Amino acid sequence: MRNEIVTIQSRRQLAEGIYEMVLQLPDDGAASGSGREGAAAEAIRPGQFINIKLEGQYLRRPISICDWTEDTITIIYKTVGRGTEQMSRMQAGETLDILYPLGNGFNLNGTFSKPLLIGGGVGAPPMYGLCKRLAGMGRKPIVLLGFGSTADVFYEAEFRQLGAEVIITTEDGSRGVKGFVTDGMDGVEYDSLFVCGPERMLQAVDEKAPQDVPGQMSFERRMGCGFGACMGCSCRTKYGSKRICVEGPVLERSEIVW
Amino acid sequence: MVATINGATANAVNTKVTLCGIEMDNPVMAASGTFGYGKEFAELYDINQLGSFSFKGTTLKPRFGNETPRIAECPQGMLNSVGLQNPGVDAVISEELPELAKVFHKPVMANVCGGSPEEYAAVTAKLEAADQNADCESAQPQIGWIEVNISCPNVKDGGMAFGTDPNAAASVISAVRRETKKPLIAKLSPNVTDIAEIAKACEAAGADGLTAINTLLGMRIDLRTGKPILAREVGGFSGPAVFPIALRAVWQVTHAVDIPVIGCGGISSAEDVLEMMMAGAKAVQVGSANLVDPYACVKIIEELPAAMEKYGITSLEGICSEESRKNM
Repeated sequence: MRNEIVTIQSRRQLAEGIYEMVLQLPDDGAASGSGREGAAAEAIRPGQFINIKLEGQYLRRPISICDWTEDTITIIYKTVGRGTEQMSRMQAGETLDILYPLGNGFNLNGTFSKPLLIGGGVGAPPMYGLCKRLAGMGRKPIVLLGFGSTADVFYEAEFRQLGAEVIITTEDGSRGVKGFVTDGMDGVEYDSLFVCGPERMLQAVDEKAPQDVPGQMSFERRMGCGFGACMGCSCRTKYGSKRICVEGPVLERSEIVW
Repeated sequence: MVATINGATANAVNTKVTLCGIEMDNPVMAASGTFGYGKEFAELYDINQLGSFSFKGTTLKPRFGNETPRIAECPQGMLNSVGLQNPGVDAVISEELPELAKVFHKPVMANVCGGSPEEYAAVTAKLEAADQNADCESAQPQIGWIEVNISCPNVKDGGMAFGTDPNAAASVISAVRRETKKPLIAKLSPNVTDIAEIAKACEAAGADGLTAINTLLGMRIDLRTGKPILAREVGGFSGPAVFPIALRAVWQVTHAVDIPVIGCGGISSAEDVLEMMMAGAKAVQVGSANLVDPYACVKIIEELPAAMEKYGITSLEGICSEESRKNM
């Protein structure tokens, strides 16, 4: 874990209440003493998150990492409260104090060849970084993204540019398959699952998918510290309690207790 | 990092304090529940820079704690209802303490919890026995102090129920007292009408020191659902917002008892440390600040000598003396 002051390189609105922010990491030279060694790219795994300190907010705000390069981190967030609303008003050039990378991230060491990546709403962003790495490993990811309505859809083109097959579902049917992501799973062939979204969506996907398909699911919890000290985000698993911020946010399907 | 770690600094201010006969390089400890058993922070920096820390509240059996959400944001602070999640004293002895010994070479404070006076006593007895049997090359025991948590607001049985009644508080302290000769610190709840009364009861029952204060009982409601944010509805409020309350409690308690008091509640700067010690605290605990900034304790310790110089303080033992309080 590193603590760094990053500069907002760009911020753009992707959909109603959905924003993308590209954060510029300091030069290694400027960051001496920060604990950052080498390029950020080597340190980050898809599914990890950053924890952001905001002026006037006491606790940090955990936001999943969408993508990263050697010296940038891209996040996508939804305005759900004061912290994220504050972030939605921040401009390029302003700085943020972040802890990163946090959490375990997705494990890419499986033998799967046809991974199905499912993202619901702001569960989609971590799927982008994952899709990019899987594509880079020569896998053929299928990406299934669920939204409320056509106006809520974001990053479809970005996913397609990675060469992924993209399926969109909307609850009102205004785009793609009508219904939930589980409706979009019909007829799709896959040998592994990577999922991020609201917990009820994760559970619905788990119930729909064949039991023998290995899967990893990314969970969300209100957090205190984000680095394992406060035990604020614990959850029960088949193998004992785990901290969503350290042993999560990604849990193996086989260990999840609903 | 500035080399102010060993008390004596280039500026010749003395940050050393003595707490119940144990000398500390500086008065800054991390508060229980915000520092685990030290592991997460030891990965970030040398935790020997701290005066010490109080490890996670430990019970006889493992506890999962409360359901989530356990955390809520507040103006200048936070609510927690973790509910004493811990692996149980046996796992603490067999796994956490040996790991801690590798990275922390100072006496640690053991925070002990229970649902009955007997459970507090049993946890203490196990820690005491483990510390005596430890194959320890240094003559110094690993556990310096036992901190008796009679003030956790997040559990159904025990916890705050003991710390809000003088007789119940005394019964726990007496039970633990029989199991250990180590300095015994009672961690007090602010959720009482007269904190001095509880402090006196703990002193009379054999406590060697007091920590003031644990969290304040609080609550938040999610405007979108109209329901409490915390699964347990209420939780402990901490952070900078509670600092004046903690300071007042320390002031009242130090005037009521003769045993040393550790000031805890909302401390997030070296100046807060000095203010708390001017109120009478012999040492301080930093809690929530660790969760927001994992480097909070070391930053405060680094800033301490300069802050002392700024206010003309040469020794911390001096500013909390009875005399200096009278002169204020």
